[in-house]
Parts: sequence; structure tokens; C-alpha cells
Amino acid sequence: MKLIFEKSVPGRHCDLLPKCDVPYAALPEALRRETAPALPEMSEVDLSRHYTELNQRVHGVNCGFYPLGSCTMKYNPRIDEDMAALPGFAGVHPLAPAYAVEGCREVLDTAARYLCETTGMDGMTFQPAAGAHGEFTGVLLIKQYHEKRGDFNRSKIIVPDSAHGTNPATAAMCGYDVVNIPSAPNGCVDLDALRAVLGEDTAGLMLTNPNTVGIFDENILEITRLVHEAGGLCYYDGANLNAIMGHVRPGDMGFDCIHMNLHKTFATPHGGGGPGAGAVGCKDFLQEFLPASALMDGEGRIQLRSFAGNFLVVVRALTYLLTLGREGIPEASQNAVLNANYLMRRIQGSFDLAYDRICMHEFVLDLSRYKAETGVSALDVAKSLIDYGMHPPTMYFPLIVHEALMLEPTETESKETLDWAADIFRALYELGKTDPETMHEAPHHAQIARPDEVRAARNPVLRWQK
Amino acid sequence: MSYIPSTQAERQEMLRAIGVESFRELYRDVPQEMLLERPLDLPEGMSELEVQRVMSGMAAKNRIFPTMLRGAGAYDHFIPAIVRSVPAKEEFLTAYTPYQAEMSQGVLQSIFEYQTMICELTGMDVSNASVYDGASAAAEAAAMCRDRKRRVTLISAGAHPDTINTVRTYCYGTGDELRIVPLKDGKTDPEALREMLTPEVASFYLQQPNFYGQLEDAEALGALVHEAGAMVVMGCNPIALGILKSPAECGADVAVGEGQPLGLPLGFGGPYLGFMATTTKHMRKLPGRIVGETVDAKGERAFVLSLQAREQHIRREKASSNICSNEALCALTAAVYLATMGPEGLAECARQCMAKAQYLREGLCAIPGVELVYGGASFHEFVTTLPRRDEVLAALEAAGILGGLPIDEGVLWCATEKVSRTELDRAIAIVKEVLAK
Repeated sequence: MKLIFEKSVPGRHCDLLPKCDVPYAALPEALRRETAPALPEMSEVDLSRHYTELNQRVHGVNCGFYPLGSCTMKYNPRIDEDMAALPGFAGVHPLAPAYAVEGCREVLDTAARYLCETTGMDGMTFQPAAGAHGEFTGVLLIKQYHEKRGDFNRSKIIVPDSAHGTNPATAAMCGYDVVNIPSAPNGCVDLDALRAVLGEDTAGLMLTNPNTVGIFDENILEITRLVHEAGGLCYYDGANLNAIMGHVRPGDMGFDCIHMNLHKTFATPHGGGGPGAGAVGCKDFLQEFLPASALMDGEGRIQLRSFAGNFLVVVRALTYLLTLGREGIPEASQNAVLNANYLMRRIQGSFDLAYDRICMHEFVLDLSRYKAETGVSALDVAKSLIDYGMHPPTMYFPLIVHEALMLEPTETESKETLDWAADIFRALYELGKTDPETMHEAPHHAQIARPDEVRAARNPVLRWQK
Repeated sequence: MSYIPSTQAERQEMLRAIGVESFRELYRDVPQEMLLERPLDLPEGMSELEVQRVMSGMAAKNRIFPTMLRGAGAYDHFIPAIVRSVPAKEEFLTAYTPYQAEMSQGVLQSIFEYQTMICELTGMDVSNASVYDGASAAAEAAAMCRDRKRRVTLISAGAHPDTINTVRTYCYGTGDELRIVPLKDGKTDPEALREMLTPEVASFYLQQPNFYGQLEDAEALGALVHEAGAMVVMGCNPIALGILKSPAECGADVAVGEGQPLGLPLGFGGPYLGFMATTTKHMRKLPGRIVGETVDAKGERAFVLSLQAREQHIRREKASSNICSNEALCALTAAVYLATMGPEGLAECARQCMAKAQYLREGLCAIPGVELVYGGASFHEFVTTLPRRDEVLAALEAAGILGGLPIDEGVLWCATEKVSRTELDRAIAIVKEVLAK
């Protein structure tokens, strides 16, 4: 389809502003722009159709199954959108006087209280804009804690090799050396490997539990005890919180600080890549290090971005929390786990499971044997799923499983959808044995055939030009 | 309500298919002493109608001011109806990051178009797909300018206080130093800057217009920075760029800014939009996602996430940033806004902001006791002294007008195209009336 610039017609426009009712001001010539920006010139109907056409080339959670492991693509309730659009929230200036923002404060305080209770934390900030931003905040809490105690020798953050790439990248942004430790054969933390790297230079450990292969690490209390014994702190990556809400809390596992992705676990939409909200919780002794806004709250604390965070995302998350409530939150988690286990068992017997045991909210398929036998890769299977209108699972992650496909169905999928998905996986398993070529070239009925990514990287075309 | 479609009977059937007796068994890897044996201390779940009542009740506790004369980093502009409706489309709204290009061409193309518009607006060669907000964009820009030898970041004291504090925090993370270049008469002091441009300086951040509304001599300051071998990062107001010299025309190496004025509601501070663009030379140091054009296996035009070798999921601890999720839907909103306004609409919006601010400034400064603090050229914000400040602001608020922001130097006022002459006359009359008492 054409780009918006290719549809632009000189002179077309929308009538939006009234005639200026005060005299114009003169901008000194030296400050004036020399060339006008070549923005599109469109009528409103052109715009409406262009974006409708684009929107028809997007697969959202509302379109169908989206089992993207580690991303928790659950249904995004419509009421949450309505609440975020209320003029009483959307129209509030962040620097309005305190009496005028009591409702916003109540949203933040209430959400903080419920999320602290859910995670076993004592304090919470909503300033971080996304998960990785939350990680950055959390590790800065750890850094400030050590430095406040005069302990400047802790230079290392321990990260398991199964971790999300954001974990080591975050540690590096906080000036730490990253110590990667290998996972045990069962995908969990190898206690001996952990003991071997712990010491007086340990600042902390970053961990997600359940981990990235969907297994709850049964040694978790021992892990956090060992880190604390070495003088380090434990950071919980909340990417997988959807498995455990109301059943077990990171705070009770021994974690000192945590981030949550409100756009995963608490059902706020991903918007094609954001905005999210990376709420960060901590135990009482770390509260003094939480961020603030210099302009809203005064100087002296760390700050991750302007003002109080992605407030309207928090509004959505609170709406969701209130809707589910005391019974609904644990019910969501247990059904997320139920759906993952059910789908895993329905697929079992075709592609290999990376770990054949009860999983939490997600599981990983290991296609290395299948690829060796048929030549069909995890990528081929993923692309083949697109022809059925299913969004592929996360591919080639975690790195400890080769030819990995990681599936997270979430609780908002019905049994029929899971049965349908499992049948497609099984059919593709058979297809690859007889007709691998078809799968190498998949998808066949999508918006585009496979794109040439190498060409995109070698000859970057990153903007439209006449 | 948990939005769970399966019935109790289906759940039992699924448990049987898995081969377990109960939900509890699904949690058997969790050390049993850690299982929470009590309900969460949360209220009972609510019906949609009840939730709507509770949330609307909270919204009603906020006071909304029909007339807004306060900016300071969050600006009340007119948002055309179509700009609200496009990002509300359910597919755009609920899609994930477009990792699977074959079913995400709509998102990818919309980002490619956004990148092009940001390049046009800033004059730069390459834009990323967005970062969190203007302040974190400034911090990311400072990080991308540092190399092994040049580690120090300079920032003008005229930058937004939240931007300064955010850049300071990112520098604290990597153990690098931030030095603040002082102002003279409300603008960056070029002499002070010249002295501070030592060989270890990596970049200088300049906000245009600055926090006090003043238009900086960006070209001249940038030339000083380049003479010293450092890079220029400019933080821009995107509406002002409709008429103001672009960062590229000023010689900037990196252009960033807060995209909130481009169709995003005030929303008590977020979600907003960080835009970020640079020259081809520095393209591979730009953090965040970038969409590129290519062809598919049939030779048709296609869009993909490109240059991913810079990013955390590939480079891990060696990545240029840890950023992963960004503000895609806000970037879409900004793109729709820019396309709706068009080049002439954006320029007119900028001209009207300037005109209204001038009208307000002249009206206020004609009142005895109210004086302009900084007299240089300005865009849509300015600082005045204001006697009996609290009393005046309270009187304005009582009339539904949120006056300027109280700051150390006095009051920082803002006017946008959204306020009418009638509203401005009313505000000026109220200030006059209070001060005449």
C-alpha cells in the first residue's frame, strides 16, 4: 500500500483552528526556519482511510490468539480505555496545585497499595515508563543502597544465562559488570555456579521466577538467602508475574525490589510497542531511594523521566485490579497456568518439550531434533502459523534452548482456541516431515512474504524520500 | 470478573487432561511454606458498572481548569477529533511490538511514516521509533554521545528541571559526570559554556525554547561546542519547529524532544513521547527500535525492524541502551497529528501560540507591579514577577483558569493556540483586579 506521503496532495488540508484573534508576534529572522517540514497534506477523509487501511494490516489481541511467550498478551478490557479517557484524568496538568489532583493521587496510592499487597513489597513508584525502565530503576535502588552504606566495592550483578536481554543491558547502564551464570539442566539456577561467583563484590542478582522456561525455581529461598549472605540484594524481574499472583509473592521469596509490567500482567494494551508502565516496588529499607520528579517533588532523588510516570496506563491497570479484585487476581493466574499446561499437553507428542514437567504460565518447545530430521526450523514453524491467523510464539528465546518456541497462552483464551492452536501445531509437525519446502517459504497468505532483513540492515532506508 | 472464558466444567476437563486433580497441584514446584494461604487484602471484584462508578468518582476529585495558562513541560493544545480516534482502533491499540513483520505491516509502516515526519520536523537524517519521553530522550542522547575519552556531559541550566535530573540520574548509573552551564539573563551564558568545554566533554544539551520560554542562540552555542570537538544535542518543542529554525539548521548532532504537544493529552504527566533523531554518521549509535524499508521474497515493498544489532536482545550487556518497549501508540498519535495539521497547520498553530503568549505578556506587564523577568525573544512561555502571587493564582483558579507556574524567579506563564482572546482578557482582568485591591 502507498505511504501517507505518496497520497499527499499540495494544498489539501483540514480546517482546525479559528482565525487568530490577537495580533501575530514577530519571530526574529535569525530564528526562523529556512525550509518548511514536508509533512503530508491531507483531507480528513484521506487520513481516515489511510489509517483504516494500515489498521487492517495489524494483528492485535482482539484479532486472535497471540501466544507470545514472556509478553503476556492477554485481552485488554475496553472499560480500561474508557476510564483512561475520562476528562477528569486526561485533562489534568501534572503541575496543577495539590488540591486539584487529589483524584490522581488516589489512583496512584490505591494502585500502589494493591500492587504492594500482591507482590509483598512495602513501597512503589510509577515513574518508570516500561519494564526495562523499571529494571534500571530497581538496580539503581541497589546501587544507592550500597553506596549509602559506604560500600563502593560491589561491582558485579549476577544474571542467569536464561535471562531477558534487558537484564544484562540494565546492569551495564548502572555501571556494573555482568556475571552470567549457567543454568542447571532443569533450566533453574545452578546453586553451585551461583555460590562460585558470590562474594564481596556482589551487588546483586537479577532473576525472574518463574524463569524464562516457565519453571518455578524450587530453590528460590536458598538462592535469595545465599545472595543476602554475600551482602548483595535480590532484584525480581516481574515479566512472569502473571503465573503467581495471589499464590506466592516475590517479597516472600526473599526479593528486595521488583518491577512489574502493567502492560503485561495488568492487562493494559501494548499499543504496537508501548506505552507500558514499569511499576517498581521495594522493601521498606529501600524506600528512601525511590525516584521523584525534581519539578513536582523537589531535588535530591533519582529520576527516570519527567513527572510521575505513565499515569493513564496506571488508571487502566487500577481499573483492571478493581474489576478482578481479591478472587479474580489469583483466578487469573491459576487459569494462565492451567491454559499453558493444557496447551503443552495437547501439543506433546509432536514437537519436543524443552522440559517435560508441570509448567507455570508458559512453556518452551525445543525444535532442534525436529530440525535435524526435517530441516524445518523454529522460524519456519513460526512463519507457517501466520497463515492460520495465529501470532507466532516468541522465537529463539531463551538462549539456553536451541530452536526454541516459547508459548504463553494467558488466561483469557478459551479451551476451543487452545484446541484449535494445538491442532495446528500438530498438523504443521506432520507437514514438515512430508513437505518442508512449503514451510521454508511460509507464510503464503500474509500481508507480505518473508522480508529481506539483511538488505534492510546493509542498505538502511529509514525514512521516505521523494 | 477475570475475563476468563472457560467455564468451571471446562476447567475441570482441562485439569483432567493435564493429569492433575486440582489447581493446587499446578503449583507443586512452589515450596509449600511459601504459598499464600490467605486471600489478598484487596477489595472484592466488581462488576463493570461498579468499577466505572469508583473510577469516575476518583476522576471527579480532580479539578479541571477550562483555561490553561500553565505549561512547563506539559502543554494544553487543541487535539483534533481524528487524532483521538485513530490510536483507539483496537488493532493498533492491542498489538505487540512488530517483531513478526508478515503480520505487522500496518504498525511498521506507521512507524516508518512517523520516523519520516520526525526527520522532516527536525531536519535530521534518521529517527528512531520513539523513547519514553523528552527527559529520558535527553539522557539517552547524552549516553550515545559518550565514548572512551569523552565522558563528561554538559547541560544548560535552562533545560527543564526534570530533564536535568533525569540526565543526572543516567550519568550516575554509568558513573559519568554532568556539569551544568549557567544562564545569563535567562539564556545559556556563552562565555561560561566556552570555559566549560574541556577535552573530556562529550556533548552539550540545549533546550529550545528553554524552560523559561527564552529562545536560545542555538547556532552560536552549537558552533562553540563543535569547535571544542564535542557534540550538540538539542531538545526541541515540536510545535515551535513549525516556524523555528530546525535543529539540523542549527547544526545539532542529535535532536530530541517531548512529543506530548503533538496530540497527546496532559494526562497528569503521561504517557508522553520522546522523539529522537540524528545524522547518518551517528545512526548506528541511536538507541531504540528503528523501522527500515526492504523488499519481501516476491520483491514487494516491506517494512521491518532494522539495525537490531544495536539492541539489548542481541547485544545484551554491550547494547547501547536497555530500552525495549517504547511509546509506539503515542508516536502513532503524533504522526496522525502532524499529518492532520500539515505543514501550514503546524506553522499556524505555532504562530498562534506565539501571538497569544505575546498578548498575555503585554496585558500582564501593563499591570503595575508585574514585570517581565527575561526580555529576550520567546515562543509561548515567559516569566514575570507577580506580587501577592498565591492570592492572584487562587483568584484565577476560582475562575477556572490555571495560572502560570510559581517558580523561584516569579511565575512561568504559557499560552497556546487553544486559549481565546476573551479568555486572555478575563485572566488579565482578574490579575489586575486582585492587584488593585
